[in-house]
Amino acid sequence: MREIFKGIGASPGLAIASAFVLKPEEEYVPADNQVMDREAEAERFRVAVSRAQEDLERIRKSTEEKLGAEKAEIFEGHLLILEDPDLIDAVIEKVQENGQNAEFALYETAQTFIEMLQQMDDELLRERAVDIKDVSGRVMRHLRGVESSDLSAMPDECVLIAEDLTPSDTAQLDLGKVRGFVTEIGSRTSHSAIMARSLDVPAIVGAGAGLRGVATGTPVVMDAVEGILLVEPTDEELALYAERKAAYDQRKAELALWVGRPSASSDGHRVELAANIGKLEDVQKALDNGAEGIGLFRTEFLYMGRNELPTEEEQFNSYKYVLEKMNGKPVVIRTLDIGGDKELPYLDLPREANPFLGQRALRLCLDRPDLFRTQLRALLRASRYGNLKIMFPMIAVLSELREAKRILDEEKQKLMAEGVEVSNSIEVGMMIEVPAAAVSADLFAKEVDFFSIGTNDLIQYTMAADRMNETVSYLYQPTNPAILRLIRMVIQAGRREGKWVGMCGEMAGDHTAIPILLGLGLHEFSMSAGSILPARELIGRLSYDEWTRLSEQVMELPDQESIQQFVTQHTQGGDTNA
Amino acid sequence: MITQTFKITNPTGFHVRPTKTFVQAASQYPCKITVINKGKKVNGKSSLSMLTLGIAAQDEVTLEIDGEREEEAMQELGKLFTEVHE
Repeated sequence: MREIFKGIGASPGLAIASAFVLKPEEEYVPADNQVMDREAEAERFRVAVSRAQEDLERIRKSTEEKLGAEKAEIFEGHLLILEDPDLIDAVIEKVQENGQNAEFALYETAQTFIEMLQQMDDELLRERAVDIKDVSGRVMRHLRGVESSDLSAMPDECVLIAEDLTPSDTAQLDLGKVRGFVTEIGSRTSHSAIMARSLDVPAIVGAGAGLRGVATGTPVVMDAVEGILLVEPTDEELALYAERKAAYDQRKAELALWVGRPSASSDGHRVELAANIGKLEDVQKALDNGAEGIGLFRTEFLYMGRNELPTEEEQFNSYKYVLEKMNGKPVVIRTLDIGGDKELPYLDLPREANPFLGQRALRLCLDRPDLFRTQLRALLRASRYGNLKIMFPMIAVLSELREAKRILDEEKQKLMAEGVEVSNSIEVGMMIEVPAAAVSADLFAKEVDFFSIGTNDLIQYTMAADRMNETVSYLYQPTNPAILRLIRMVIQAGRREGKWVGMCGEMAGDHTAIPILLGLGLHEFSMSAGSILPARELIGRLSYDEWTRLSEQVMELPDQESIQQFVTQHTQGGDTNA
Repeated sequence: MITQTFKITNPTGFHVRPTKTFVQAASQYPCKITVINKGKKVNGKSSLSMLTLGIAAQDEVTLEIDGEREEEAMQELGKLFTEVHE
């Protein structure tokens, strides 16, 4: 029967093969029996534990060989569970003191932990319940002398379907055979999802309990980009997905070539492609996608979803983490940008009639030195761990910039007087998102080390249109002549003073805007990590010389439509937004 | 017996990896090590029990140590709570 299942794409890619359904292991509930020889029973348990240890040691080793030490770490965790006194010693105690059989004692003890962890609020901790199931299940099988669920009967090419895959199942997947896997439960952060991404196998998780109705051998199509599993696809669907898969695989291979390459135009003009991040976890993704720096680290996550301000120590730790992880590559950290659509209930700020035009970002920070100074101290202290650049948001007039810099300098002097080491090469820059600052960029350029153009707000403020308001969203035009002219002014003003100019709004990754921005002399393009490789590929095809000339012609065009048309024409052969 | 309270600074709380480090360090000591968070008490040498405490960033965690080398254990283990782990 033709069916469609929708789940979460946990590792992208497509696969077309027959299903291999891994039947869930029957839940084994042992009977509570009394044993005669308690010592012999305890010994039987110890033997089962040491066999499980041997298994895990073997799996750990092969994972380390296949995927590296970091991925094998999970099995060190599993080995540690087998040494856990509250599990292992507790079982032995139950056997020795109560005369329970080992199976029952193990079942009961493990179940207590599984239930406790399943009730935790934290998703990551809830998932640890899977580890305990995996490990105690392994010991249980050795106690009972039964084989584990059979992955060896797998056909040569298949899509594996299971309720859930334990980490040890995932690590033992035969990559020569498994084209992808789909599970009933799980999330993007499940171990199986993480493993799938590092094994580079397409995976869909959380596709629902209906999956168990699928029979082994049924033809299936999985699209883990969209999170869709098609069971018994029609001929048309098969043909369509075969085409999509070929296109996807080819595109992926093309992009992979760009990971380690420098960002440069076809005639050798170098630019920098950086990532925007909002959480510590994003740093790895930025690196995986070939980011040459962090162009915008939004620090709001430190302040949001909690009941009190983050301490200096906590902030210092987060900044240090990112700086160290980026290992000398530039990291632009933006000071707190709260207000507008981002609220902090615990600050109890007065309601504003017009929050986007109100006391947001640096305006708030200058009014609340307690907030601002704490963040600046944390930044300064972290500066010696990498290549830190500090950026102030929402500046409209020079006095704001001067005041922010004065406070920064004061904190720096204080720290140095306290004997704290502070880097002496921290660049200090500002975001250009208020039109007033863009127009007077030449005045600001003398007093900063860099500009980063925040296009999301700059467009919204320039066009006087809220981009969340659908009735006026047609005015949100990144390549409108007014916006491009402002951007040109900013880039020219920066370059005239020898300061680099970057962009950290969505526009920086837009394939219609990139050729123009390159031609105008933008130095740094900061975007979401997934946009970096396509952007690097595009820039590699463009001639800087040619676009320096073309971008001047663009400035004379009357509206966004003609500009887009012009760019498409001159990037022919061109996928404009692949 | 000695007790001391620590505030967790690790921005992501006290998850699997820090717990592992803690338990491995705790297991080197002969003394009894108890960890208390939000009124719940567990054995500091068991990572499973430690995880059930659900220790999050900014939580105030109490260490209760009793027996041989308790001072030394307090110093080493307390530091792990206030350090940043990846």
